Amino acid sequence: MPVPQVAVTSEPLESDALAALVEAKGDGAVVTFAGLVRDHNQGRQVQFLEYEAYEPLAVRALQRIVDEARELWPGARVAVHHRLGRLEIGEASIVIAAASAHRADAFAACRYTIERVKQIVPIWKREHFDGGDVWLEGATADPDDRAAREKAYRTACA
Amino acid sequence: MRVTVRLFARLRDLAGTGELIREVPPHATARHVWDDLVLEWPQLREYEKTMSVAVNAEYARMTAEVHEGDEVAFMPPVSGGWAG
Repeated sequence: MPVPQVAVTSEPLESDALAALVEAKGDGAVVTFAGLVRDHNQGRQVQFLEYEAYEPLAVRALQRIVDEARELWPGARVAVHHRLGRLEIGEASIVIAAASAHRADAFAACRYTIERVKQIVPIWKREHFDGGDVWLEGATADPDDRAAREKAYRTACA
Repeated sequence: MRVTVRLFARLRDLAGTGELIREVPPHATARHVWDDLVLEWPQLREYEKTMSVAVNAEYARMTAEVHEGDEVAFMPPVSGGWAG
């Protein structure tokens, strides 16, 4: 089965497959990023994380983000997959690959993508730690919030 | 008319259900649907200012009109991606 450009899946993530998907002949750079489940958070010893999504909207939001990245860095191509379900320490919750003629655009497009995922993709994580569990909550998702988009862009280009 | 309501993450925990059918009047908006939920589960009110809404799996505004058979989703602040 062909690798999709964006996906949410309960299967383990493969950054090599994503890199192969975005690379084009003549590219000078491909950047891959994997976000891993960390063993500690805010002073708590984490046991595992549980991710859930509103899947059809999550896929649309991911597609929107890779389209935004394409607009901002016209030569860059980005792919992103997000994992769902129970994830153990050290497993990848997200992988991103960005390819471009030059490294600056590939790094920036990759960084922009992770920042935007945290802003607008309807995915939530519940942290199970020694002594309990808690839903972690970040940003109020609003894809039309220009300030959020500009913040992601500034971070990407910093 | 009837709409399907979806609740996610902590909103689902607070209401004790992730999917329910609600009867709403003609020309009801997402706001009507939410206010009706809050009457039944006042604990949802804590998300009044921070939740997002989607109609038929597209982000929408609380002023969006809903129609027979629509799926109306309410979502707490998102936390996907990576913690670092």
